[in-house]
Formats: sequence, structure tokens, C-alpha cells
Amino acid sequence: MSEAHPAAADWPLYEVFIRSRAGLEHKHVGSLHAADAAMAIEHARDVYTRRQEGVSIWVVRSSDIVASDPGEAEALFEPARDKVYRHPTFYAIPDEVKNL
Amino acid sequence: MYTQALDTHGREPVPAAAAEGAGPAARFQARVDAEEKIEPKDWMPEAYRQTLIRQISQHAHSEIVGMLPEGNWITRAPTLKRKAVLIAKVQDEGGHGMYLYSAAETLGISRAQMFEQLLAGTAKYSSIFNYPTLSWADVGAIGWLVDGAAIMNQIPICRCSYGPYARAMVRICKEESFHQRQGFEIMLTLAQGSSEQRAMAQDALDRWWWPSIMMFGPSDADSKHTAQSMRWKIKRFSNDELRQKFIDNTVPQAQFLELTIPDRELRWDEASQHYRIGPIDWSEFHEVLKGNGPCNRERLEARREAFAAGAWVRAAAAAHAEKRALREVRQP
Repeated sequence: MSEAHPAAADWPLYEVFIRSRAGLEHKHVGSLHAADAAMAIEHARDVYTRRQEGVSIWVVRSSDIVASDPGEAEALFEPARDKVYRHPTFYAIPDEVKNL
Repeated sequence: MYTQALDTHGREPVPAAAAEGAGPAARFQARVDAEEKIEPKDWMPEAYRQTLIRQISQHAHSEIVGMLPEGNWITRAPTLKRKAVLIAKVQDEGGHGMYLYSAAETLGISRAQMFEQLLAGTAKYSSIFNYPTLSWADVGAIGWLVDGAAIMNQIPICRCSYGPYARAMVRICKEESFHQRQGFEIMLTLAQGSSEQRAMAQDALDRWWWPSIMMFGPSDADSKHTAQSMRWKIKRFSNDELRQKFIDNTVPQAQFLELTIPDRELRWDEASQHYRIGPIDWSEFHEVLKGNGPCNRERLEARREAFAAGAWVRAAAAAHAEKRALREVRQP
């Protein structure tokens, strides 16, 4: 920051996950800065659930997330591409056969 | 809520192909052409990154500064209901700023850097917020016209090629519709009220009409970034296309209110099936952008004061977090 507006470095970044209602999984909705986890929950309430979007919040330090490398996406996900036999539609079953 | 062709100011980005080898740049463009989304860790041309940082941060600043003109009326809202609604709307604008700052940060700029740019006066924000809110009717006019123009600008950005920006915009657009409707409802109530109330509504329309029209940015002929932004699918429609759509939507709404749009040359063009407006006074737009609008100084001063006044809160929160962390280390 410039001299006129001295500011500390940013608070740590947290990723926010919201369960929209009981029975559904928590889903990533965005991120925010907070001094600690308790504040991250409070901020997440204000920023991401102003219209009853959630019944439960998870926050996790962004720096604690280990992510796959987009550069290695091919090596990671390519092997599944030619294994179409993993899908039920791969198998031709005569129409007369029911309940299968 | 509020973009205004924010891609129109600042320096021209370095052309993509010049800065990087043709290989990754061509692959990138092919992905964009195929309507694939670009995510933070994906390779992207430096000029694409810089354009987005500029546009998203300016958009975020606009949301934050946009809280000021309306915040001006919270304590003077005419009823408790209107007050609650206005607080909710202003809080939404703050939330929109937060979504957008987060999206910009995924491109490698820090929150602190963006704040610094805003407070130092080097960052732009939507020129519309440099106009004053002189009466309660202005709150109605802002919701109806300014948010209306913003929605027109923002809906296409929901399909922007950059994933985090597009996702932020989906969230924002969902909330924006309430803003526009509550604004129109204020105008409707005034328009159906006493002659003094009608006069307030008309006065607000007189003052906000042209600045709202200018929110779409310069005419296509003078908009230097449009072509590149369109190629990158950051932008989907030109400034003039969006402006025309806004005019076509809004004129019948003004007619419903029985208010007069302050443009003697405004007419329905049967051949093109569009409303046509008179010439826009761009000198005013450029003056406001340059910092000579009615409230430029006041807005920045308010942000600086708020930032300075909050310094002890931020310091206290950081100290508290540090103390708690230490305690957890000692007593696992």
C-alpha cells in the first residue's frame, strides 16, 4: 500500500463450501479473506447465504488445498476415455429383455 | 451490479500473439472458440489476464463505491420497509464486490493491491457513481435505470470465457433483478402520488437518464477494446447493441409511469422497430471519467476514511487470530 494508506498484508484466503439443504453435499461457492476460521464462517454467512442458500458452511484455508495440475490433466484423465465398457450403455441388450 | 463497458479505459494490452509463441496462444483461442471455460491455473495469454484483472477489479470497485450514493438515503428512507429493503440492497452491492474481488484474485492480483489502486485513485470505477443522490426518488431511479443498465451489461458476462468471472456474474445477476424491481416500484409509488411526488420522480429521471445511457460506454466506433474482448469471449455484445436493448426496454416503462424521458429527439422508428435517441453528450462522460464529476472526490474520500477508520479493527482481528493460534499450539 502507499504511504497514505498503510495496510497489512491480506488476511488468509479461505474457500467456502455450502450445503444448500439437508441431504445434499457441500458445494464450493467461492472464497473470502478472514483473520481466522471463525471469522471466515461469519463472513461466509454474510457473503454467500443472504437468501437462505445454506444450512451448513465449511471453510478451509485455500493454501491447504492440494489440486491436480491442469498440465497433467491428460495423463490423469485420458486413461478413462477408452474404457467405455464401464458404462451401462456399452452393452447391447435386446429390447424384449426387461428389467435390466 | 454495475459495469459500464469497463474495458474501455486504461492502456491497450499487449497483443496476445506478440507476447507469447503462437503454439499455446492458438490452442488457447481454439478452446475459447469452442466455448470451453478458462480456469485460473490454465495457460492464458498475458494480455487476456491483464484485461480481465483490469475489468474485474474495476467492476468490483464499482460495486463498492456504488454503496455510497444509496447508503446516503438509508437513514432517511421514508418507511421502515423501504429502509430494510435499501439496507439489503446496499449489502448485496458489498457482497457483489466481494465475489468480484475474489474472482480477480484468481488471476494473480492481491486484494491489498486492488484496494491500493482504488484508494490511490489510479483504478477506475463506473462513472455513474460520481453523481449525487439528491432526493429519495434518486434511490428509485438508480434501481430502475442504473441497475437496469447493469443487468443488460452483466447477463452476457455470465457466459464469459473466464470461469470465475462467469460464476460470480451468475450469482450477481440472480440478485440484481430484485434491485431493479424495487427501484421501479419506488418510481411507481411516487408517480402515482401527489404532484410533488410526481415532480420528484420526474426530476430523478431527468438527472439519471443520460448518465445511465452512458453506462454502456463509448459508441462502437470509438470503443478500442471491443474487438479483442469479443474474440476472447469476455464480451458478447457491443456497447451500442446493449444500449439499444436498454432503451427499447426502458422507454415503455417510462411511458407506463407517465414520466417524460428528457430527450426531445426520442422517437419510435417503425422501420427498424427500435426507439431512437438524440445525440449523447460524450464530453460530460469523459469529464466524469477524468475525475471532474460532481462527486468523484467525495466518493474516494469516503472510501479512504472508511479504510482508515477500519484499520484498528483489522489490526485487532489479526492480533486475536495470532493469539488463538498460539494457544492452540501450546494446548493441542
